[in-house]
Formats: sequence, C-alpha cells, structure tokens
Amino acid sequence: MATQVLGAPIKRREDPRFITGEGHYLDDIKLPGMTSAAVLRSPYAHARIRSIDTTAAKAMPGVVAVWTGEDTKDINPLPCAWPAGGVDNNINTPRILAIDTVRWTGEGVALVVAESAEQARDAIDAIVVDYEPLPVVVDAEAALKKGAPQLHENAPNNVVMRWTVGKEKETDAAIKSAEVVVRQRIVNQRLIPNPIETRGALARWDPGTDEYTIWMTSQAPHVMRLLIAAFVLGVPEHKIRCISPDVGGAFGSKIYLYTDMVFTAWASKQLGGRPVKFVESRSENYLATTHGRDHITDFEIAGTRDGTITGLRVKTIANLGAYLSTVAPGIPTTLYARLLGGPYVTPAIWCEITGVYTNTGMVDAYRGAGRPEATYLLERAIDLFAREIGLDGAAVRRKNFIPPDQFPYRNTSGLGANRSGIELSIDSGNYTPTMDKALTIAGYYEIGKAKDEARRRGKYLGIGISSYIEACGIAPSKWFGLPGEGWGAGLWESANVRVHLTGKVVVTTGSQSHGQGHETTMAQIVAAELGVPFDDVLVEHSDTAGTPFGYGTYGSRSATVGGVAARNAARKIIEKSRRLAAHMLEASVDDIEFADGKFSVQGSPDKAKTIQEVALAASVGYDLPAGMEPFLDETAYYDPPNLSWPFGTHVAIVEVDEETGEVDLTRYIAVDDVGKKINPLIVDGQIHGGIVQGVGQALWESAVYSDDGQLVSGSMMDYALPRASWLPGFELDETITPSTDNPLGVKGVGETGTIASTAAVANAVVDALAPLGIRHLDLPLTAPRVWHAIQSAKGGQA
Amino acid sequence: MTEHIALVVNGQRRELDVEPRRLLVQVLREDLDLTGTHVGCDTSQCGACTVHVDGQAVKSCTMLAVQADGSAVRTIEGMATDGELHPLQAAFWEKHGLQCGFCTPGMIMAAADLLERTTDPSDEEIRYAIEGNFCRCTGYHNIVAAIREAAAVTRAGAAAPVGKA
Repeated sequence: MATQVLGAPIKRREDPRFITGEGHYLDDIKLPGMTSAAVLRSPYAHARIRSIDTTAAKAMPGVVAVWTGEDTKDINPLPCAWPAGGVDNNINTPRILAIDTVRWTGEGVALVVAESAEQARDAIDAIVVDYEPLPVVVDAEAALKKGAPQLHENAPNNVVMRWTVGKEKETDAAIKSAEVVVRQRIVNQRLIPNPIETRGALARWDPGTDEYTIWMTSQAPHVMRLLIAAFVLGVPEHKIRCISPDVGGAFGSKIYLYTDMVFTAWASKQLGGRPVKFVESRSENYLATTHGRDHITDFEIAGTRDGTITGLRVKTIANLGAYLSTVAPGIPTTLYARLLGGPYVTPAIWCEITGVYTNTGMVDAYRGAGRPEATYLLERAIDLFAREIGLDGAAVRRKNFIPPDQFPYRNTSGLGANRSGIELSIDSGNYTPTMDKALTIAGYYEIGKAKDEARRRGKYLGIGISSYIEACGIAPSKWFGLPGEGWGAGLWESANVRVHLTGKVVVTTGSQSHGQGHETTMAQIVAAELGVPFDDVLVEHSDTAGTPFGYGTYGSRSATVGGVAARNAARKIIEKSRRLAAHMLEASVDDIEFADGKFSVQGSPDKAKTIQEVALAASVGYDLPAGMEPFLDETAYYDPPNLSWPFGTHVAIVEVDEETGEVDLTRYIAVDDVGKKINPLIVDGQIHGGIVQGVGQALWESAVYSDDGQLVSGSMMDYALPRASWLPGFELDETITPSTDNPLGVKGVGETGTIASTAAVANAVVDALAPLGIRHLDLPLTAPRVWHAIQSAKGGQA
Repeated sequence: MTEHIALVVNGQRRELDVEPRRLLVQVLREDLDLTGTHVGCDTSQCGACTVHVDGQAVKSCTMLAVQADGSAVRTIEGMATDGELHPLQAAFWEKHGLQCGFCTPGMIMAAADLLERTTDPSDEEIRYAIEGNFCRCTGYHNIVAAIREAAAVTRAGAAAPVGKA
C-alpha cells in the first residue's frame, strides 16, 4: 500500500483558489434576478412591540417586500435539537421574526427585500416600531433571583434546565473528610466566535419544480436541510438542496440553524422564485450569531496534604441567552460537566448545571464547546490546590494523572456513564511523558532564574501549565442519542468512493470543510488505501445533492469519524476489486493480494492487475464475474464505538509589567498527543489557531453587555480580537499514542489548542503575580484588570 | 446620481459610473466581479479588503470608489503574473499560511506592501505589518513563516545574476 501519502505534509489542494482570490464564498455568488434582504433588529433587550409601521419602507426605491412577525407567524420556531439528556428542558427557540415581544438586542423585528443591499438597508431605517421597554436581566445569576424579569412563561425563574452528573454523596463525603479543601468562584466569560467571514444565506425557490436551493455558510448542510424540512417549513426534505460554498471559518458558530436560512427560502417563494440573499454585517454577526462560554462557577476541590485529589464539587450557572440555539443545552451538560475529571483520577465528582435564559444573544458551542470551560476550571483548581498545600503544580498533576496501565480507563467518578447507563471509557493515554516533554522544553525547573532577571526589569514573570484531555470525534450515536444524552439524531458520518473508468477517484463526504482541508486529508486517506496517486483523488463535499447524508463538521469529528468512513468505503472498493481481479487473473479470490494499488496472485507477482485496470473492467462491464454489478462505487457509514481522547500539556510563559499591568505572552509550548497525523502540516495549523483562540480568552476577549442589555463589545473596534503583533510564535512538539478505538489511529485536533491554552496563560499570569499574594483573577487579564489587582495587592489606591 | 470614474485595475483600464456613496470594495466586488477582495467587518478593522492603490496597501472598505478615480488598483487577482504565483502566494501555500482562506487575499496584499519596503523584515516587523489584518484560523504563526519565506525568495531572486534563468 502506498502509505507514504498518509502522514505526509502535503500542501493543501484547496489553497490555489484561495491564494489567487478565486475562492467562492457565499457573498461572491450572484444569481440572475437576485434580491437582497436586510433585517430590522431590536434596539431593546426586552420590550413589548406595540406596533410596526412599514408604510414608508414599502414605498422606498427598490423595495420588493417588507414583512413583520405577523406575516411570518405560520412558520414554526427553529428547533432545539439537543435538550439536556434525561431532564425537563423548558424550551424556547427563536422565530423568524419576533411577534409580540423582543427578548435581546438584535432580535429580528422586520424583514426587507430590495433590489440591492443598500436599498434594503435604507428601507430598514424607514420602518417605525413602537416599543414598550420591559425590565432587563443580562446576568445569569441575577436572572435566577426572586423578582428578576421573566423571559418566558414556560420557564419559571428563567431556568432552562437543571442537570447533574457524578456521585453526590461520595463527593460530599470526600469534601467533608478532606485534609484540604479549596473553594473558588470563577467566571468563564462570554466570547464571540469571530470567523472572518460572517454568516448568511442565499435561497432560490424554483417555481417549475417547487424545489428550494439554499446556499448557506454552514458547517452541516445536511442537518440544516433536515431541520428546515422537518421542523420549520414543513417542506419535504427532498425538495430542499443545501449547499455550503467555501466557508470562511466558523468555530462552531456556523453549526446551527439560523433564521436567515429559513427566511431567504420562504421569501424566495413569496416572490415567485426570485433569489434572496442575506449576508450579515459584522455588527449583526456580533449581535445575532451565537456566542460561546458564559459560565459562573463555584467549585470546591478536596485532597490530601501530600497532593492527592479526592473530590471535586462544581456548581455552574450557564447563560444560554434569550432563546435556545440548536444544540445549546448539550454544551454545558454533556460536553462540559462530563469532562470535569480531565486527565486525573478523581474518585468523587459531583456537578450541578443550571441553564438560564437572559436578555442576551444566544450561546451555543464555540471551539471546544464545554471542554475549554471544564479544562479552565480544573487546571485553575489544580493550581489553587497545589498552592494551598505548598506543592509544585506539575508534581500534583503527575501524582493524579490516570496511570498508563489503567487504559482503557473507566471513569470512577461516574462521568462516563450516560443517562441510559451506557458507559464510555477513555481508550488510551500516557500523560506524564507528554507533560514532562513540555516542561523540559519550557525550562520549567529553571524558571526561577528568569523570574529574578525579569524582576530587575520591573516585570513579573510567570509560568503556567495546562494538562488536558479532550473528548472529541463527536459520536457514537448510541451514547449521545436521545435516550442517553438527549442528542436528537445520529452522529455517524458517511463517505462515498467511486473509481471511474479512467482510474480517477471521486470521494464525497458528509462532513464539511470550512478551513480544515478536507479536500486534502480525505484524498490522502483514500489515495493511501487504494494505492492511487494523491492527484487522482478528488474530494467533494458540502452539497446535499452530491454527497451522502452526514452530520457535518464540529467537535473535531471530520477525520476521526468522517475519515474512517472514507477509509471504509475505499476498503469496500478494494474488496469488490479483489473479486473482479481474481476473475480477470483467472485465480481464486483467496489467492489475490493487494498492495500499492495492485492486485496480484499470491506466489506469482507478475500476474497482476492495477486498480485502474480493474476499474476499467468494472466500468465497461463486458466481462464481470456472475452476479457482479458493474462500476466501483461504494458508500460507507461509520459510527465509532467511542469518542477519541487526545491529550497534552501546554505551558505558557508571561511577563507582567508592574507599572502598566500589561501581560506579554513571551513563550508558548504545546505538546499534544493527537495520535497518528494524516497531514502534519494541517495538524500543526489547527493547533496554532486553537491556541490563539484560547489565549484571546485569557488575555483580551470578552463579550460585554450593559445592564440594559446593549452589547457594548458590539464591533471589531470594541471586541479585542488577537492581532499578530500581540503574539509570539509557538513551540510545538508531540507524543504519539495512537487511539486504540479508532481504525485510523487518529484523534481529533481541531479544538485541542483552545481547550488547553486559556488555562495555561491564566495560570502563568497568576503565577507571575503570586509574589504579591494574588491567587486568582477572572478573565480576560487585560492591563487595567491586572493593574488594579497589582495595586490592591500592594495596598495602593486601585 | 452617479459619478464617472476611471481606474486601472490589475493593469486594465476600467471606466464606470458609480454612486458617490459606494466604497471601493463594493465597486471591485460587485461592479468589476473581483470577488477575491473580501469584506469581514464594518469598522475597517479586519483588513480582508486590503488592496493596493497606487502601490500602497489600502483597506478598500475605507475608501470611496470616487476617491480612487485616476488611480492604479491592484487586487489579489492581479498578483500572479503569466500563471506564475507571486512569491507571497507561493509561500502562503508552502507554509500552510491559510486555512479558511477568507483573510488570505487581504493578508497577502498587506504583506506585499511590507515586502515593497523591505525584503529582510524581522518577525517583529512582519507581525506589526499585518496587525491591521485579522486571521482567526492560523494564529498567525504560519502567516509569519510564509511572509518570512517570501522575503527570502524575493531576496534570492534579486541577488540572482542578471540573465541567468
């Protein structure tokens, strides 16, 4: 087998179009007769709509139509596809346009379609809405209090759901009897995902066939088609085609069903088939595309004086916004609480989650989705615990790591057993060597000298560790599904492989690329299996009309789940080809060997047929074995037995300026174990990008609402997105412990950087400030926040 | 109401009538179908729309099309010559300096402006030169590596003896 293609740092096949400006993103598409849509958004976070006057807008130049909530009230609200498993969820989801009440600034109130985008925006300004403002609550803890403004009738005290996991009694007992208990409240602030391409949709209804085509900036076009058909418009699924063109980044925010995917389709039909395009502005993206994180957590970590962790009790309030986005309740439950064990043996863990409605934008998965929140909490907890008992943080981690001989590791704290009792274990891991490698690269044990040197320059130097595990390759269906964790569908992935008459190979996948490089990595997997040249394999994706149904790309699942589907489809091709080759070579099937793209007869290597020759024979079909269908065309659906469990240790070194409080990230070391790599170039790139998103949370990023519900950080001028000049280069290394449950030996890599880096940087800053007696600071660690902390610690006027 | 303007875009003279309120980026993308130049924000922060106007990097969302009247504009579509990639394009590909590709055209145009001024930039200079361009995918690491590589290739090209292929 030509395995050298698998694992090779092949330059990406998608890049030539992107570096020459020939990519085709949503807003690049122009269709004949195309119209533009714009949304009038509520300026209030909570208000009754008394009246809407669209008369003037309708008379504006170029305006084709104006609709309000009254006009669209027959369209169902969007669905929530992942209620928290096993408990009641008080579900409220957004409508296309608000009808009587708006509940967050940015909620759609009216829709204008015009000949041009400018005309549509002009007309928006001419709509007059009479609002009656209502009391507002933006803080999730405040929303739970007696007397807080109530958002939804079916959600008393604004509670979406309460969900628990772990062993309550054992945890209480562990904490009660512990030698040491450390308590801390930590806030995991709200973030804005910020793909550089905003979101949107373009739809065309075909009056001749009554079919809809919807181009969308989506990570999961098949799922969007399903949701629009089955839950919202009631159009038969096969009458809708969803296409994701090139998608300019997503980070989770483009997984979900959004109103524009529906209203463009609906409006196109109202307009007799004129295409309708909607592309949100950046400011709209900040308001109306989902946000991430936003937890308030109180935790207690218990242990012995010699550093053994014995218990962890966590109470988290998760702000989910004014309505539930598509999978919102699943994030702080399954993907957060169940990860609170991290890489450690913690005998007793108990976690209570309260999901809350507030007058803010919707919160859903954002890169890492629950796992960064869990890792941040746990890694801060370990450092606080280590400091309390006067031990080194690395030593405490080492002492509590799951020992390598305990894999597959059954989580004794009960986090692995889902609500219907099906249990997943961590298949593989070896945590200490990975951490030690990171510490060695960082010079962890010699850092004292650097600290002294920095002090002479008026800086506080700090070093921070974050050891993580991730549960990714989101699947298997039987574990996540409705009876267990509440996920309302399957989580397998699909691929089809066809070998054409000329020997060229077409792979279609149900997963979706928005920067990950599927066109390259999927081709590497299939080229390696079939023993054909990489350049002979074409990968197609992201069009429901040309690809098998798949659940899309999120949760680091494309390679781990979709990649295996592609491998399995290629293997089916080989099995059929083997039978045909036996027929062609007049040999027994059992005697046919396959290697390097060639079928040969055992013992007579000269008697051979290449896979291309077999494909030709299969295509022309003149001479096939009895009962064999012509053509090489195989589809595989893969539902893995387990999640995949990458791990690693990241180390950050920072210098804090004593005078200004400014934090300078001077070095960043990442040692990750993501199993075998299909393409190391792409793997490293994923880690780099992930790191910066987590660093952004640690140091700069924060979505801030004022008390009256205005998004204060509402533009790129106000939300501090990391810039190149604020960052160092990264020092990457690896250990390789192949996943034993994954046939390719791969684990996910798309989220690891983000999962690890927030805690590493936060721990480094706290370490830097430790000489001042500072033991915890909430994020982001901006210069003013750190400066104030330094001043208060010194007893100054802060 | 429209204004008549003339531009030289990627070496070609283009005349058109534009509404005075239209931005250069809108004219490039919508009227001239040069969709390689992208729009990523509405506050001139992201840099995805960076093009060259009379040889200097400009955020084309910050300039009215009428202000560019009489200017030479170069976009990402004009970077490759005779099918040969610009050293920056080649280096971004080689070094995996892009993922989703949305920021890439603006990033390359900003970097080209830097390499016009110096062909031996330090990493720090590179990072400052592109600080007006956001990338959310790469963490900038490989973008910096790509620009460094393109600078080296440009230097080697300039140092090559004249007449030698």
